Amino acid sequence: MDILIYGTVNSIVFALIAVGFSLVYGVSRIPNFAHGSIYVLVGFLTWSFINDLKLNYALAILLSLIIASIIGLIIYRFILIRLRGLPTSEIIASFAVSLIILEGLRMQGIAGFKGFIGPFYVLQPFIEGKISIFGVFVDYQRLMIIAGGLVILVFIWVFTHYTKTGLSLRAIAQDEQAAMMLGVNSDRTAMISLAIGSALAGLAAVLILPLGNIAAEQGYRVLVYALAVCIIGGLGSWAGTILASFVLGFSMITSTALFGALWENVVLIGTIILILLFKPSGLMGKQKELEERV
Amino acid sequence: MDREPILQVNGLSKAFGGVQAVLEVNFDLFKGEILGIIGPNGAGKTTLVNLITGFVKPDAGSVLFKGKNIKGFQPHKIANLGLVRTFQVMRPYHSLAAFKNLIVPLNSPRVRRTSGGKLGDRDSVAIDILEEIGFERDARVPYKTAGSLPLGYLKRLELARCIALRPEVILCDEVFSGLSMSEIASMIPLLEKLQMEGITIMMIEHRLRELFRLADRVAVINFGRKIAEGIPKEVMEKEEVKVAYLGTGKRK
Amino acid sequence: MAEKERRKKRFDRSVKVRSEGLYAISSWREMGFLAMPRLLLILGLLVLPLTLDMYWQRVLCTAGIYALLALSFDFLAEYVGLVCLGGAMFIGFGGYTSGVLNAYFEWSPFVTIPIATLGGAVMSTLVLIPCLRLRGIYFAIVSFMLPLFSVYIIIALGLFGSTEGISALDTLPNIWVEQYVVIGAIIVALFAIRRLVNEDIGLIFRAIKDNDQAVRASGISITSYRIKAVFIASLIGSFAGAYLSHLYGWLGLSLFAMDFSILPIAAAVMGGMGTLVGPVIGAIILTPMSEALRGFGQLRVVLYCLVLIGFILYKPEGLMNYLERKYHQFERWEEV
Repeated sequence: MDILIYGTVNSIVFALIAVGFSLVYGVSRIPNFAHGSIYVLVGFLTWSFINDLKLNYALAILLSLIIASIIGLIIYRFILIRLRGLPTSEIIASFAVSLIILEGLRMQGIAGFKGFIGPFYVLQPFIEGKISIFGVFVDYQRLMIIAGGLVILVFIWVFTHYTKTGLSLRAIAQDEQAAMMLGVNSDRTAMISLAIGSALAGLAAVLILPLGNIAAEQGYRVLVYALAVCIIGGLGSWAGTILASFVLGFSMITSTALFGALWENVVLIGTIILILLFKPSGLMGKQKELEERV
Repeated sequence: MDREPILQVNGLSKAFGGVQAVLEVNFDLFKGEILGIIGPNGAGKTTLVNLITGFVKPDAGSVLFKGKNIKGFQPHKIANLGLVRTFQVMRPYHSLAAFKNLIVPLNSPRVRRTSGGKLGDRDSVAIDILEEIGFERDARVPYKTAGSLPLGYLKRLELARCIALRPEVILCDEVFSGLSMSEIASMIPLLEKLQMEGITIMMIEHRLRELFRLADRVAVINFGRKIAEGIPKEVMEKEEVKVAYLGTGKRK
Repeated sequence: MAEKERRKKRFDRSVKVRSEGLYAISSWREMGFLAMPRLLLILGLLVLPLTLDMYWQRVLCTAGIYALLALSFDFLAEYVGLVCLGGAMFIGFGGYTSGVLNAYFEWSPFVTIPIATLGGAVMSTLVLIPCLRLRGIYFAIVSFMLPLFSVYIIIALGLFGSTEGISALDTLPNIWVEQYVVIGAIIVALFAIRRLVNEDIGLIFRAIKDNDQAVRASGISITSYRIKAVFIASLIGSFAGAYLSHLYGWLGLSLFAMDFSILPIAAAVMGGMGTLVGPVIGAIILTPMSEALRGFGQLRVVLYCLVLIGFILYKPEGLMNYLERKYHQFERWEEV
């Protein structure tokens, strides 16, 4: 039973982390390697707003999310826009941005900036305490993750199916040229997708970080998890991302229960290799296998 | 001309999303002939070539090359069996010299096999091939960077790439497109020469008049289906073919 | 009255035009024009250690490692079309192999380094094979993830000293051997790869990068050639890793550090992608700068990422391409 609950939590965690990256890639074909760094940045920003500026929790979150979206916009507008269509350079550039952010957060002694080092940075869970479900103790924060995650996923679905902007995102994702012919501005859409993707990274951060502490190193791990989920689910497939999150979430929890926590990464890389060998387009990849193959 | 089919396509079908690109196409390609494949734009002709040569996986149907089922084979494997194709959209290795472009096919397992390991200097073999198809050696055309050559030469380079593989069948995808009348006039003898050397050719073309000078038979594809097949004169008389190209003439 | 406009026009130097192709052999001046940069480079590299003091000689050794990585990155990215974001993997595999052989079997570095070069290359290639059949982006992603995963797995399985690593490995005899081994390796690798890309196999690599569909249609298996290319690149990287473990006499998880993945890329972009020698020079310039900034902690990473982005956006051709262009061409304002 506890595997079921914790498995679900874990899966939603993966889904939250991956959906931002998946959206950006699906819409604009840009692999946003800065994804993990935005996650961490939002964590630290929120912490700073709460502890240094003494802002109210909800306000702090809102502010950080807005800043995250703006940063996403800036990254596109000033850097990625010049590299559109050159995946090599996009990856290198966005990864460089990621490093600037992550290592920058660890800098000390520049203009009095103390640098975020050490395990002391913690975001409080929204509601303290635990509750017993079917005999298993689950803390409220984890339940919030499930609830929050589902709300976010539903919201995305509604947004992309019923609002004008959302529909234009889907249009570009399906066929860029056709969408452009119908008047959808590719650059504007890419900017929007990066803003939303960054906001999603931030949302994931505020939901998940209260479970532990904030550390800059997590940025790399988050990026790796997002990449893993997207590869397993199929680059560019939103349904695949969700499916892959569950597959990965449950298999990692199960392996932790059976073999111990240290094996979960082995399971992760093992799954990736299996998928690459047998179904390279991912579990629900849009492209036929032969076209993924070179 | 042999009546033995070297390539047999049966019930080949492929849909991309909601669009049925190719539907139940059947035809035989007989050894030593030149078969023309014609039809309006977007009829699925290039998809057909992609399906036969392994670049796209068919939904249904079979492709038999010399009796062997090659459906699902990787493109390079099919090329090594002797079935090669040209590309409609030309992209030579533009930073390399023209003759260096041929080094790639000359290194294929097929060429290594058939030359018994004694190919000699690949560079000079490449230049010889180019010279035979009209790259003037004196003007040092084979040495020019591929990216700087005009279209007529590029089309011939593409054909040379196929020839270098010592193929049995060449599928030509619009080799005449973009060429001037005189350029086409110089390509026709080249193709005739290939036929005389025993190579079977299937040509997708829009330039009907030039095609009919070469083709022994033609097949007409429209909306992914084969609608007619036979010798050019007869096929062009058929009602369905006229309608496919010209429309029915009826107002809505 | 029409306004006189000016524009810049580029001309090839006459020496260059005349020295293309066979005619280069026909005159000492032209041969010199072509050969001189290369001679300068070799001489420069050989002489460099003699001009430095102890501290900078050590830095040179480290720079050499980054130079080898930058070279292999450039080769894979510009001549084969594969972007390797995980150079640290080669260092890690090579370094661990040679360190472990040295620690457990007590073989001398002169034995372990060659074995580790080969062994590390085999391991790296095997691990990368699943993504070589696929589009280029998978290679980029998987190569990025692998160094991180290697770290996780080593910790998980408690292998080879886990987080503490193994110390007290044999080091190389003296500082001069250390420097000239790496410089020798750079010169050999540089000229070998340069030669390779003009041989048949190298041409096929470049063709795969230019137009992989045509290569497939020409009967060549792209996957098998990519495997060869990755193997060659990982030989270079694994050598660098094996050398590193015997440079400091120590192996540990830091062999898989992000630094080894990033700095070579920055060096390659800055030095000039595609020139092979540019990345080497870029590494030799960037490493000392990075050392000098060590006191500032993480700032140096931030700085060279900024430099990297700056170069990608504004001068993507990089240093060597720019210099090469200047050497072969000159510009003149011309009235239109």
